Formats: sequence, C-alpha cells, structure tokens
Amino acid sequence: MCRVGVPAALRQFTEGAASVPVEHMDGARLSAVLDLLGTRCPGLDRRVRDEQGELRRFVNVYLDGEDVRRLDGLATAVPARAEVLIVPSVAGG
Amino acid sequence: MTHLLAIGTVKGLFLAHSEDRRSWQLTEPKFLMNAVYAVAIDPRNQRLLASATSEHWGPSVFTSDDLGRTWQEPSDGSLSFPADTGATLERVWQLAPSPSEPGVVWAGSQPSALWRSDDGGAHFSLVRPLWDHPHRPLWGAGYGGQAVHTVLPHPSDPDRLTVAMSTGGVYRTEDGGQSWQPSNTGVKAYFLPDPWPEFGQCVHKVARDSADPERFYLQNHHGVYRSDDGGRNWTSIADTLPTDFGFAIVAHPSRPGVAYNWPLVADGERMPPGRSCRVYRTEDAGQTWSPLSAGLPQQQYYDVVLRDGMCADDADPTGLVFGTRSGEVYASADEGESWNLVAGHLPGVLCVRAAVVDGTAG
Repeated sequence: MCRVGVPAALRQFTEGAASVPVEHMDGARLSAVLDLLGTRCPGLDRRVRDEQGELRRFVNVYLDGEDVRRLDGLATAVPARAEVLIVPSVAGG
Repeated sequence: MTHLLAIGTVKGLFLAHSEDRRSWQLTEPKFLMNAVYAVAIDPRNQRLLASATSEHWGPSVFTSDDLGRTWQEPSDGSLSFPADTGATLERVWQLAPSPSEPGVVWAGSQPSALWRSDDGGAHFSLVRPLWDHPHRPLWGAGYGGQAVHTVLPHPSDPDRLTVAMSTGGVYRTEDGGQSWQPSNTGVKAYFLPDPWPEFGQCVHKVARDSADPERFYLQNHHGVYRSDDGGRNWTSIADTLPTDFGFAIVAHPSRPGVAYNWPLVADGERMPPGRSCRVYRTEDAGQTWSPLSAGLPQQQYYDVVLRDGMCADDADPTGLVFGTRSGEVYASADEGESWNLVAGHLPGVLCVRAAVVDGTAG
C-alpha cells in the first residue's frame, strides 16, 4: 500500500482527504497506482492524466520526493509504503 | 421572469440577473481560475452549460439545472477523444443546443472537432466524419489555437449543420454529419499564397439570419461577408463598415436582415476605429451599417471584443450584451440604441450569453 497526497484543488474527489491509501502490488507501475486511485476516487484520475493516459502538462507527481518525470514517468515502479504526491506546477497568470 | 446573463471569463464564470436589463445583480464566480470559453442557456429546459478549462487539471463541460447554483459533470468526463485518434482535448469553444432535436447539444473543440450529445450535454461523442476529413491535416492553428469555434445547427432540419474553424474556414453538412463540404467560396485568405483557397481561411465568427436559414453573416480575419445560399458563396458586406477586421458578429434573433458587428482597425492594430467604443448595426443585411454608441465610452478606448464576446437575448425588445478583454460588460435593452455598464474590472471576457428565465441566477 502507498499513500497518495492530493492537493486541495482535487479534494472534492476524495471527500476532503489530503491523502488516500492505495492498495497495490509492491513495485507496481505508477500508471497502475493511478488507475487504482481513479477507481477509488471517481473523477480524480482524469484531472491528473489526459484521455490518452499521459500526465497533464502542468501536473507534477513526486515519488518519495523525486519528480517522476526524472524517473521512468508513469512506468516508474512504486514500492510498498511509498509516498506519492500530486502537485500542481507553477503556471498561469 | 428574469433576465439572465452568463459571462465566461479567463478566470471563471460570472452570472448576473436583472429585472430591467439596466440594473444587474452579479453573483460570485463559478469555476474560479478556469477559463470559460463557452456557455449556453438551453431554451428548452433552462439548463446552463459551461466549458471550463483549468491550466492544471484540464477541460470539462458542466451542466446546471438550477440556474447556476449547482453544477454537474460525469466522473468519466463529458468529452474524451477516442484512443485511436491519439488526440487530447484542449478546450471546448462552443456549446450549441439543437433547435430541432430534443436533447441534442453540439460542441466545438480545440483541436478542431465537432461533438454531439444526445443527453442534453452530459456526454458527447466525436463526430468522426469531420474528424476523418481529408482536409484536417491541413487545417492550421491561429494565435488562439486550432478550434471549431462556431456551431450553427439548422433551425428545423437536423441533417443540416454549419461549423467554422480557425484556421480551416466554414464547413457544412446536409446529411446529419456524415459528409462535410468546405463552404468558403468568396472568402479571402490574404495571408496565403493563393488568397482564394477552397479552405484554410481564418474565419472568426459566423451567425445565421433569424428569418432565412440560408443566409449567414461572417466576420473573417479581414473581411465581413454574407451568404444567401447556405454558405456556398460569400460576398463582401464591409463597404460601409469603418473597417473589415474584428471577431464578433451577431444576428438579430427575430428581425430578418439585422446583424451587429464590433469592428477593430486591423490585424496589426487591434483597437476600435477612432478609439471609440461603437457597435455597428445593419438593418438591410449588410448593405449599410450604422454606429450605436449611446452610453458607450467614446474617447481613448482601446478594448477588444472577442468572437463570442457579444450576443443577443431572446426578450422583446431584443437586448444585446458585449464583454471585453479588459473585463467590462455592457448591455442594451433596446436593440443596441443605448447601453449601460453591467460590470467592470472582471477578468477578461471570453463569451457572453443572455436569456429570459424563470428564476434568478445562483
């Protein structure tokens, strides 16, 4: 199981929870973890990923403090007890 | 009955209501920090529809059945490009309830695509024949992005629909969307080596005449035109306008031959001619245009109205509304003869829609 930290802007999909536990296989790909998160919190996943399954441009995901775009992106293996953090990047005016 | 005004801005949707269209009550914004490129007030059921796009969290279409108090969207989203297209939705630029088919709502999107909903705007399906059109790889993107920004269902024939895009131009179907013909004959594309192409024009907005469904008015990227044959051929109606550039063009909802335009000097000088805020009206289908300026700023005015930033309502007498990039909204309760300020200092206005409803804005 990992915990996924959810920013305030998306907590309407988590009943207000700042983080959500996700049961997954040790080492599962981040994309699989986001699939499970989407099942648990309908509407949340498509805010993070577009309809082709890619991370939205101004959404960052950190795995234990590391930007997954500097790892293997959505193919990054997520260990059990990892901390996954969804963060909006700085954008806009 | 109440006059409802929906104002889509770069940072949210503002709703206002009024008893007399002079004094307006503005409600708190919805979809804060979302760009609202399209709104619709469905006259069949008073449903509001809004396209809201977050820079972070992507685009959505929401519906409200209580005049904006609460909003809904399907958890799986309203519009999604099928996997085989490889495309991703950037934003929805147009929401158009069908006047001829119950429950049908059309949407135009960026990238350029047309969508159809059969459940009042909750779920939309991609209209594949237009997406698969052989011209599509050659459609370009203007500054605002490549989008189907205008969708004009025929008032009584569900098989006939006209769309416009930038760039690409006007396309029409007469078989319910199964086949699409470019409809740009006579519309100039001065920025191309061949200025009279079959398609590729940068059409900014098209409006359909209220009485004659074969008649359209078109604001082009330079050029104002009229078609009397369903969009097959276009002729200039810009001779008595101060300029032929601008974004918005609106047809009067009940008087034939009456349309409104909001001119700008030129592509290279996107400010009103004479630095005065003036709406131009024709009452003879574009042969002559006259300025309407009572109540509008007439000096040192530099603002711009975008393609969906002006609309007419469905009241009698007809009201008009326009909103500007600098966040000012003006309304007229007398067909444009006089204007009053609805709101100032809003975020930049992208679109406006107005209608008479039963109730007040939430």
